[in-house]
Amino acid sequence: MLKRVLSGDLPRSRVLATVLIVIVVALALAPFAFPGAKALNVAAKICVFIVLVASFDLLLGYTGIISFAHTMFFGIGAYGVAIAITRMGPTWAAVAAGVAVALLLSFALSLVIGLFSLRVKALFYAMITLAVASAFQTLASQLSDLTGGEDGLSFKVPEVLTPGFSLVERPFLGVSLNGKLLSYYLVFAATVVLFLVMLRIVNSPFGRVLQAIRENEFRAEALGYRTVAYRTASNVLSASFATLSGALLAIWLRYNGPDTSLSFEIMIDILLIVVIGGMGTMYGAVVGSAMFIVAQNYLQDLMKLASNAASGVPVLRDLLHPDRWLLWLGVLFILSVYRFPFGIVGKLRVRALAKR
Amino acid sequence: MSSSATTSPDALPEIRADRIPLLLVPALALLAMPLTGSFSTWVTLTFAGLAMGMIIFIMASGLTLVFGLMDVLNFGHGVFITLGAFLAVSVLGSLAGWTVSERMLLNVLVVLAAMVVAMVVAGAVGLGYERVIIRPVYGQPLKQILITMGGMIVGEELIKVIWGPQAIPLPLPTAFRGSVLFGEAAVERYRLIAVVIGLAIFAALFWVLSRTKVGLLIRAGVHDREMVESLGYRIRRLFVGVFVAGSALAGLGGVMWGLYQQGVTPQMGSQVNVLLFIVIIVGGMGSVGGCFIGALLVGLVANYTGFLVPKVALFSNILLLVVVLLWRPAGLYSVGKR
Repeated sequence: MLKRVLSGDLPRSRVLATVLIVIVVALALAPFAFPGAKALNVAAKICVFIVLVASFDLLLGYTGIISFAHTMFFGIGAYGVAIAITRMGPTWAAVAAGVAVALLLSFALSLVIGLFSLRVKALFYAMITLAVASAFQTLASQLSDLTGGEDGLSFKVPEVLTPGFSLVERPFLGVSLNGKLLSYYLVFAATVVLFLVMLRIVNSPFGRVLQAIRENEFRAEALGYRTVAYRTASNVLSASFATLSGALLAIWLRYNGPDTSLSFEIMIDILLIVVIGGMGTMYGAVVGSAMFIVAQNYLQDLMKLASNAASGVPVLRDLLHPDRWLLWLGVLFILSVYRFPFGIVGKLRVRALAKR
Repeated sequence: MSSSATTSPDALPEIRADRIPLLLVPALALLAMPLTGSFSTWVTLTFAGLAMGMIIFIMASGLTLVFGLMDVLNFGHGVFITLGAFLAVSVLGSLAGWTVSERMLLNVLVVLAAMVVAMVVAGAVGLGYERVIIRPVYGQPLKQILITMGGMIVGEELIKVIWGPQAIPLPLPTAFRGSVLFGEAAVERYRLIAVVIGLAIFAALFWVLSRTKVGLLIRAGVHDREMVESLGYRIRRLFVGVFVAGSALAGLGGVMWGLYQQGVTPQMGSQVNVLLFIVIIVGGMGSVGGCFIGALLVGLVANYTGFLVPKVALFSNILLLVVVLLWRPAGLYSVGKR
């Protein structure tokens, strides 16, 4: 049963399995186990990033394509929901219309970009997507009538998902069962479903061809696979899942602007997570997102302590400054690329193999 | 092949013959003249575009040479630009008396000092960067992109550690401020200086590449690396030299870019990186001449469209890229086998 759900791609390491179970259980029980608005926000952000990073892993880890336009599709999803609700009012029809239009736009864009530029080398693709993404970000902040410009759009979600809506009068286990809770579980359920679908895709015959292209494109082509078609399909799929994760983010935040979904900083976050978590493993997205988002929100508190402790030492104090947390993750990132190319997940799997 | 190049350095028919891209810059300038309306506006805009283009060229030249020689694309190139700009802040700040002095000589000296410091430090950092970041991942494009991105993240954070995360103003020294009048056209003094420095750098690069033994080896290496190696030259060592020179040029470009914008931020390098990629793709990856023309085109188009249709100006670079690639898919001057 479990094997079917996970598409036969089990964690293959006892430690990894334990970590994954802890993460999933923690996310599933987050509203009850970790009360407070910040904790719930962190949990929801982890969910959104799991889908976003897994969709990037489909492209980078499984097909071997580096795209810097991934946040563009993330942003399209978020703006789709935001614009539709702003125009049509907070109804489910608006959400559905926003997601549908966003998916269509992402589909068309990723298809065009893919067909035009996936024939060229990895470097060119990386550069061209970087240029396209930065142009799109400018476009989004310029079309202020539609997108709200730099300020972004704040909007209402369907009433069922608002904190004002209560399911039951009395609180359950000390937590009021309101729309915010429903909203969180919507995000959580969507994350589980989307992740399992992606796991299914990478473990299908189609996914095997993608991996073959990653390992040796020339050989895959010689075997009779039209690699351009497969690479484009991978690009489109990855863009679609990123769009859906963007829609989830917008529904959760009830706000969207250029900095929350389109900025290059998010692109860098995605890269860091997928590489540190483990490229080409899917589970790396789960482990990496959980670790990264928790670090982003709580590592700074820890660093503040360390920085205060080292306040006498001038350089060390600055290096441990809470705002410099990205420095240490960047170092970890570089070490990951050198030392364990399959990230934390790959490392754990290799250890499990060695023990056997 | 480059057999003609080894016998006599003057005979390089396939490069000499292609002069059409050379006409693009004057053609674009002439095309813009009737559109801008008045002649003096046109002069001002053209100089602004040329100045911007020259600075972009200085920043991008190292990037394109490094790519041409070893197929290494440094996504962290922007860090050297930021480094140069922040070093300029430090130098100009520590010699503040010279910066605000009325005497032109002191003004020029302080800017020269900033440039020298920026080039030396950026070059030295480039040496270490090549050793730690780039050397372990030669020939692995995917890892290379990832690792140089990592270099950019860490470098930017280190700059924040040293200089702080905030934007710092970088005012021009007294003698560099103000404008010069050509008839009715006002041209900012610093832009004139930028054009002169850019031309000097281009001339120096051109001389080194076309008139010296090292330049010959670099050009031959860009064209066909294996052949040069099989002739017994250590292309790796040459590459380290080019990488250091490219980093130093990025540092110099950073000083000039910072002065051009009259302020520096830790993100300025990664922001301008996109522009540099567009320039080197337009020019043809690995071609210094193409990079020069591409940079001037980007600068001119940005300034003309900024004046004529400001909304389009934000996307002028992408438009330029598309138009050039439709005409020549490998860039203005395609180099070697790419």
